[in-house]
Amino acid sequence: MIRLVGILIGLGFTLVALISFGVGAYTAATEEVAPNPSYEFHLEAEAPAGGFSFDGPFGRWDIAQLQRGYQVYKEACAACHSLEYVAFRNLADLGYSDAQIKAEAETYTVPRYDEETAEVVREPGLPTDQFPPVPYAGLGNPPDLSLMTKARHDGTNYVYALLTGYEDMSTFEKDGVVLSEAYPDFEIGNGLYFNPYFYGLGIAMPAPLRDGQVTYADGTEATVDQMSQDIAAFLTWTAEPTMVQRKQTGWWVLAFTLFATILAWFAKKQIWADIKPKRKDD
Amino acid sequence: MATTTGNPETGETTTKDGVRRRDFIEIAAVSVAGVGGLVMVYPLVSQMAPSADVLAASTTELDISTLEAGQAIVTEFRKQPVFVRRLTQAEIDEANAVPTGSLRDAESLEDRTQPGHEDVLVVMGVCTHLGCVPLGAVTGENKGEYNGYFCPCHGSHYDTAARIRKGPAPTNLLVPDYTFASDTTIVIG
Amino acid sequence: MSFPWAKEYQPANGFTKFLDERLPVPRLVYNAVGAGYPVPRNLSYFWNFGVLAGFCLMLQLVTGIVLAMHYAAETTVAFASVEHIMRNVNWGWMLRYAHANGASFFFLVIYIHIFRGLFYASYKPPREMIWLIGVVIFLLMMATAFMGYVLPWGQMSFWGAQVITGLFSAIPLVGESLQVWILGGYAPDNAALNRFFSLHYVLSFVIAGCVVLHIWALHIPGSSNPTGVEVKSESDTVPFHPYYTAKDGFGLGIFLLIYFAFVFFLPNVLGHPDNYIEANPLSTPALIVPEWYFYPFYAILRAFTFDFILPAKLWGVLAMFASILVWFFLPWLDKGPVRSGHYRPLFRKFFWFGLIPCMAMLFFLGGAPAAEPYVMLSQIATAYYFLHFLVILPIISSIERPDPLPYSITEAVLGSDKKAVLGENAEPVAT
Repeated sequence: MIRLVGILIGLGFTLVALISFGVGAYTAATEEVAPNPSYEFHLEAEAPAGGFSFDGPFGRWDIAQLQRGYQVYKEACAACHSLEYVAFRNLADLGYSDAQIKAEAETYTVPRYDEETAEVVREPGLPTDQFPPVPYAGLGNPPDLSLMTKARHDGTNYVYALLTGYEDMSTFEKDGVVLSEAYPDFEIGNGLYFNPYFYGLGIAMPAPLRDGQVTYADGTEATVDQMSQDIAAFLTWTAEPTMVQRKQTGWWVLAFTLFATILAWFAKKQIWADIKPKRKDD
Repeated sequence: MATTTGNPETGETTTKDGVRRRDFIEIAAVSVAGVGGLVMVYPLVSQMAPSADVLAASTTELDISTLEAGQAIVTEFRKQPVFVRRLTQAEIDEANAVPTGSLRDAESLEDRTQPGHEDVLVVMGVCTHLGCVPLGAVTGENKGEYNGYFCPCHGSHYDTAARIRKGPAPTNLLVPDYTFASDTTIVIG
Repeated sequence: MSFPWAKEYQPANGFTKFLDERLPVPRLVYNAVGAGYPVPRNLSYFWNFGVLAGFCLMLQLVTGIVLAMHYAAETTVAFASVEHIMRNVNWGWMLRYAHANGASFFFLVIYIHIFRGLFYASYKPPREMIWLIGVVIFLLMMATAFMGYVLPWGQMSFWGAQVITGLFSAIPLVGESLQVWILGGYAPDNAALNRFFSLHYVLSFVIAGCVVLHIWALHIPGSSNPTGVEVKSESDTVPFHPYYTAKDGFGLGIFLLIYFAFVFFLPNVLGHPDNYIEANPLSTPALIVPEWYFYPFYAILRAFTFDFILPAKLWGVLAMFASILVWFFLPWLDKGPVRSGHYRPLFRKFFWFGLIPCMAMLFFLGGAPAAEPYVMLSQIATAYYFLHFLVILPIISSIERPDPLPYSITEAVLGSDKKAVLGENAEPVAT
């Protein structure tokens, strides 16, 4: 009885799924699929030549690069983008001293709620404070950058590719097809800037970097490519300050587990040795 | 453990000198697994210790330029109250008049203040008995029989130097580590 | 119950003797996972996954309890409290990655455990109850994992909660009020987050309780084995300890190597980047997908696109629930006289060339965008899924002629039962 009911129910679901399939297949065969240039011409993030120092299981931070990245953040990004999950004291990881961090924190004003006056007042930051929110009134919605490289697929390379990826839409081509020729009517939204690495191809942020925009203290030449790499590295650090510690811990853990597993294998072999005949295939 | 298996076929094979090697490898495997287990416990225990933000919040800076003699301000250090009081001359005299030897916790006012700033008394507002916040720092509060601080929980009386004089508290109110960054700024912690 | 030749626990000293007479926990352990539990000697490594699943549950309980010490279930701070765990709490990053990846590995292990049971027909008498409790555990795990995924309050958390509770709104008449009741509001908010946290915490212990029942039920008939032939004599079995404790120990080592590789080197690969964006009730991510372990069921849900008598949405929800509920009826749908797929030629073909590719497709399609050709493929796979369990399985189990079975486990292992040292297989144990 159960089997009879089961067969009927099973056939029911199968039938309905197949009807859905049939209708879907008919629709797909008879209706033209609207072409989607913003999907077709989207580019996947690319790594810079040489990659990053922290790539791979043995990766380490390049402290000088993180400091440069922090400088780029302050001079090119901080006007619109906040960094709210990072505290000033975290900058110690970048090699800054306590005094430097204290001075750095004081250059920011942090909103504090005054219980007596019931007002929010802005006071100089302390090392224990986190980077303050950044008010923004323009077009678009600049996201907080603390977690940006984890909040996008292949985030570090995405940040790098996005910042170096601004192009002229009229000449942009992918795989030999020129976008403006294939889709002469294609437009990105009003006030947006063309960037093939951005979802939808139109981004509200104008190209934020130009050659020589910052002057690096260590004498590195501040090309757009260099600055993009540095900020991508810095934002990787802000997204996960414990990344290098994580990988280094991982090697110890894996080595120990491997050792224990090998021992367990020999112990298992010893224990089974006396009753394990040549196994028949079954 | 290896020899107590109750396996029907163990008859001849395990009683040779393979036994010792076999025991060794099993003991080694179990020991290494045990060590691994213990190492795993470490992060589980240490996660309960103060986190990085709590540790970082362990200094408090305070401006005392507006603090007048006879007044106290209450600030916070490691989420606990701190009483900073500028003593009047009468209070200093009263504290110094007491022979140190007669006290439960023998300390002079000098021991409890910093040179050049003997009129500034910085103590944790935490009763050394069971951790209540004593009264007396805010104007109008009960200062106790010795004109310092009074803990209402179990009736501990502290004098003008915040030394225990009467009641169950075992020691004087604790003086935290602090320094004068300038004449009017103290840094606690 | 156990086999007559099961070793009996002997208290080693005065203290264990004292304990044995008053609270015989050592005896319980001895009979459950010690030398007092005779287990078929021919179990393959597929039989490791039960113990591994138990380990995963312990791992999730321990890391979860610890994370709950730092997490705050309040919409304005939940996301920040997770970042606090990642940045400030001592070893917090490791504990959170261990918990998040632990959920994925728990499901990986459980899926292998379930499909081992499906291939060897471990659900057949006398083990129906073990199977039924197992399906209950799986359902509880799904609920727990879903609610756990909401807690970080990222974009996927929020929209996952929105979409999954939206399933209930497909139910006629009461659906929409049911969804509002589950959420405690009209959209996921504080009320939902708090109750999900509470239920996520407590359901893990309900799972642990069901696992105890699962193991209890297992010890009544004893473990099944790759031949599917019941244990007949002592030479068919070995004591669980040390034989299977050693084998499980080695298996655990291999499992941990893979698991740690993910926790320490690829901790975010199994997650979704959008969940590192704080929940925003006003903006939906471009592609809402659940965690990978829900993909097959999500694919089934989305496969129904045509209003055939009932609305398509309701068909999807019904099919999704039915796809798991059908497992409850397996012991009565599969009436074949033989358990193991090794001796069932037709069953085996449909398993390897039907069910496994179907599941693989559903796993892939559940994570694909809702566009062609993915939807059409998922419709084919969904149709096969129901056909397999509800139509093919009952029919082939009636018509197929199984291959000859070995007389006993001993014969399967040693070639001939006579070679067994004790060779006393005259009296088969009644099952």
